Amino acid sequence: MSSVLVAPKHEPVSKPSTVPAPPKRASRPGRSGAWWVERGLALWTALVLGFLYLPIAVLIGYSFNQSRLNITWEGFTWRWYGELLSNKPLIDSFKNSLIVAGASTVLAVLIGTTGAWLLHRHRYRFARAIQALVCVPMVMPEIVMGISLLVLFALAQVDLGHATLILAHTTFCFPFVLVAVQARLQGLDPALEEAALDLGATPWRAFWLVILPCLRPAVVAGTLMAFTLSMDELIISLFTAGPGSRTLPMQVYGMAKVGLNPMLNALSAIFVVTTVAFVLFTEHLRRMAARGADTTFSKP
Amino acid sequence: MIEFESVTKRFGSFTAVDAVSLHVREGEFLTLLGPSGCGKTTLLRMLSGFETPDSGAIRIAGEDVTALPPYRRNVNQVFQSYALFPHMSVRANIAFGLRMQKVPKAEAARRVAEVVELVALGGFEDRMPHQLSGGQRQRVALARALVPGPAVLLLDEPLSALDAKLRKQMQVELKRLQKRLGMTFVFVTHDQEEALTMSDRIAVMRGGRIEQLGTPTEIYHRPGSGFVAEFVGEANLLAAERVGGGAGEAVVVRLEGGLELRVAAAAWPGGAARARVSVRPEKVCVAKRPIEGAENVFQATITEEIFQGAFDHLVLRTDAGTVLTAVVPNESAIMEALHEGDRVWCGLHLDDIVVLGP
Repeated sequence: MSSVLVAPKHEPVSKPSTVPAPPKRASRPGRSGAWWVERGLALWTALVLGFLYLPIAVLIGYSFNQSRLNITWEGFTWRWYGELLSNKPLIDSFKNSLIVAGASTVLAVLIGTTGAWLLHRHRYRFARAIQALVCVPMVMPEIVMGISLLVLFALAQVDLGHATLILAHTTFCFPFVLVAVQARLQGLDPALEEAALDLGATPWRAFWLVILPCLRPAVVAGTLMAFTLSMDELIISLFTAGPGSRTLPMQVYGMAKVGLNPMLNALSAIFVVTTVAFVLFTEHLRRMAARGADTTFSKP
Repeated sequence: MIEFESVTKRFGSFTAVDAVSLHVREGEFLTLLGPSGCGKTTLLRMLSGFETPDSGAIRIAGEDVTALPPYRRNVNQVFQSYALFPHMSVRANIAFGLRMQKVPKAEAARRVAEVVELVALGGFEDRMPHQLSGGQRQRVALARALVPGPAVLLLDEPLSALDAKLRKQMQVELKRLQKRLGMTFVFVTHDQEEALTMSDRIAVMRGGRIEQLGTPTEIYHRPGSGFVAEFVGEANLLAAERVGGGAGEAVVVRLEGGLELRVAAAAWPGGAARARVSVRPEKVCVAKRPIEGAENVFQATITEEIFQGAFDHLVLRTDAGTVLTAVVPNESAIMEALHEGDRVWCGLHLDDIVVLGP
C-alpha cells in the first residue's frame, strides 16, 4: 500500500520540474553536457564542410584574379575565362573527352545491363566466379589496369587512339552499371517476367517492355556514374591514349605540370558549376517524375 | 479439356510431381489443394509453361503442349503476387495480352472495357498499380488474365494476400465469375475452406501425388485417407478393431480407448480385423438426454469446452475411455447449456463413421 501512495506523490513533483527544465537549461550556456556535445558536433560539422569546400571556394575566387599568381589578389577580371575558350588544345581535349565518355558510357550501359540480366536470369556453372571477375576492375589499381591494357594493345598491334581509349574506359565503367542494375534486379518480383511471358510476350519483348522499364532508375544511375568516371579518368587514359586523343584531364595535368595557371582555376570553376547544375537538374527531374506518378493519375 | 498423363517433375533429388495423371473437364472449377511442398504449384507451373515435365505429357484441348513455351499457350495465370507491371496504368496492364496478340486498337479497347466492367474496376483505368488497394490489384490481375480469352485460367493462391473478410467476398465473386463465363479454372490453394467454397472438384495433393480427387462433398464426407480427413476440415481419427457383428448391415468395432461402435458393414474392408475410422466433430450429437434415432448412443463427460463464437468445441471422454472432439452450435436460450464437467449423452449415426482402411 505504501508504495502505491508514494508514487503519485513523486509524480506531481517530478513532472513540473522536468517539463519546463530543458528550455531553461538550454538558455544557460556552459551548464549541461548535452549543450557541449551539441556545440562540439556543430563545430565538427563546420570543420568538415570547410575542409571540403574551402579549397573549391578559393579556387573559384582566384579564377577572377587579375594576377597570374594564385597567392595575391589584384582585382576582378573575366580574362582567364576568355583565354580558356580560345585555348585550342584545351577545347580539343574537351571534345575528345566528350567523345570518349559518350561512346564508352553507351557501351558500358549496354554491356552492364545485359550482363546483369543474363547473370540474374540464367544459372551458369561459374556464375559466382564470373560475378567476381566482373567486379575486379572496380577495385583494381588504375595503374595496373593502364599498363595491362597498354601491353594488350601493343601485343594486338592496335594503334593507340580514340578506339583504344573508348575500349579502356568501357572496361572500367561497365562493372559499375552492372552492379547498379543487379541491385535493382534483386528487388524485382520474378513473377513480372513470367506474367509477361504468360500474356504472350516472347522473352525478348518481356525484357524490353516489362523488365527494362522497371530497371530504368538503375540504368540512369549507371549511365551517370559511367559518364562521370570516364570524364574524370586520368591514369588509364595516360597509358591508352594516342597523340591525337588527349583527354581533358590529361591536358589539365600537362598544363599543371608546367605551372599553375588561373586558366585552370577558371576551368575548374566551370566544372564545379556545371556539376552542381547537373545534380540539381537530375534531382528536379526525379522529383517531377515522383510527383507526376502521384498526382497525374489519381484524378479519375 | 486438360489432360496430365503420368507427369513427373524432379528438382535435383526432390520429386515435386510424381507420375500425376489428371483430367480437367471443360468449364469446371478444379482446385489443387495441399500443404506447401505437395507439388500443386509445380503442377500449375507446368500447365502455364514455366516448368517442363521430366516425363509424361500435358494436353490442353487436345493439343500436346508439353514442350510449348508459356507465350505459345492459350492459358493465362493470376499470380500470387499479382505481378502487375508497375510502370503501366491499369488499362495498359489489362491490355498487355491483347497488345502481344496484335489485336486492333479499337477491338482491344472494347474488350478491355468489357472486362473492366466484369471485374467492377470502372473509373480506375488510368491509375497506376501502386495507387490501388490489395483487392483492386487482385481484380486488375484477374482482368489482365481474362481479357485475352484463354482456354483455361490458372490461379496461384490469388487470395492469400487479402484480409479475411475481403477473401471471403472474393471467393464468392470468383465462383460467380467462373460460372458466368463458363471458363475452365484451375485454382491452387492450401486453404481447405477456399477449396470447399469454390470448387466443382478438388484434387487433394500430398508428396507429389494426388491423394484424392472428388467433389467438395465427397472429399469432406468420404475422405479416402487419414491425410485427407485431417487436411480438409477437422476429424477424430481413431484406430478400430473388429470385435463382432456382421449381423445385417453393421459390424461392431472397438475404438482405441475402448468405445464400441456399430459401423456400416459395407464400409468395413472385407475380412480385415483392424482399420482406422474418421468421425467429423460436428457429426457427434451431444445432449443432456438420451438420444433417439442413432445406432450408436453412449455416455460421456465434457472435459474441455472451447468457445469459438458461433460454435463450441467440446472434448469428450466416453465412459469407456475414448476421447472424442465434438463441435456443437452455441446453444440458444431455449436449449440446454453444455458445460465443462457435464455428463452427457452422445449419438452417432452409422453412416457418419468413415472407415479409412487399415
